[in-house]
Amino acid sequence: MDAVQVNKTLDLKGLLCPIPVVKMAQAIKTVAVGEVIEATATDPGVMADIPAWCRTTGQELVRITRENGVISFAVRRVK
Amino acid sequence: MAVLTTPSPQTAQQPAAAGEPAAANKLTMIVLSGDMDKVFAAFTIATGAAASGMDVTMFFTFWGLQAIRKPRRTGRSLFGRMLSLFLKDINGIGPSKLNLGGLGRWMFKQMMRAHRVPTLPELRQMAVDLGVKFQACQTSLEVMELRREDLIDEVQDVVGVAAMLELARQSKATLFI
Repeated sequence: MDAVQVNKTLDLKGLLCPIPVVKMAQAIKTVAVGEVIEATATDPGVMADIPAWCRTTGQELVRITRENGVISFAVRRVK
Repeated sequence: MAVLTTPSPQTAQQPAAAGEPAAANKLTMIVLSGDMDKVFAAFTIATGAAASGMDVTMFFTFWGLQAIRKPRRTGRSLFGRMLSLFLKDINGIGPSKLNLGGLGRWMFKQMMRAHRVPTLPELRQMAVDLGVKFQACQTSLEVMELRREDLIDEVQDVVGVAAMLELARQSKATLFI
């Protein structure tokens, strides 16, 4: 486990596009700049979508991993 | 001849010199289709774009107006009233293939629920909540004998092609569905 402090967690399991990205966009506004959201999802599309969303919105993707069909990732609010 | 084929410095500079703003982070979508599958794609892209920080405007024209229409009788002339019998609202539109007189629509709604995908009205509401703007085509409303009141309240403007094109010119992406 890395030493990133998590400020909010999100359960996006079972949700398909575009909901994971929409929920992330809504959640990121509820944390302060510098804080981290950690989420889990099962839609394989998330592996490409969340990194793309981070690049377009200028947020930092701390990590994204996939294990046994569950994708977990952490995003830090940059702006 | 040489003079005619050589672009003048003035012409070459025009895009910058015209004072047009550089493409903003905007997406303009023209929704012509009234098929469930295509409207579904349109709202999915619109919500995704809005969630990614884009300023999204959806311009609904012709059959696309069904996606922002209230379910009620419309029309003044005989043809207008006849058309009203076939004009659906967002709950009644069927897929472009396999509709089978409404059976396909029902089947896809079941499958969407099974896969926990939002319904079309939910997706449309999500778009509204994310700040997506809805515009309706003035000419289509006239031709199809619809009034502003026949459209959902979330519709911001009823505009023509010049207003839509102005937005499209300022957009990073323009989609026609």
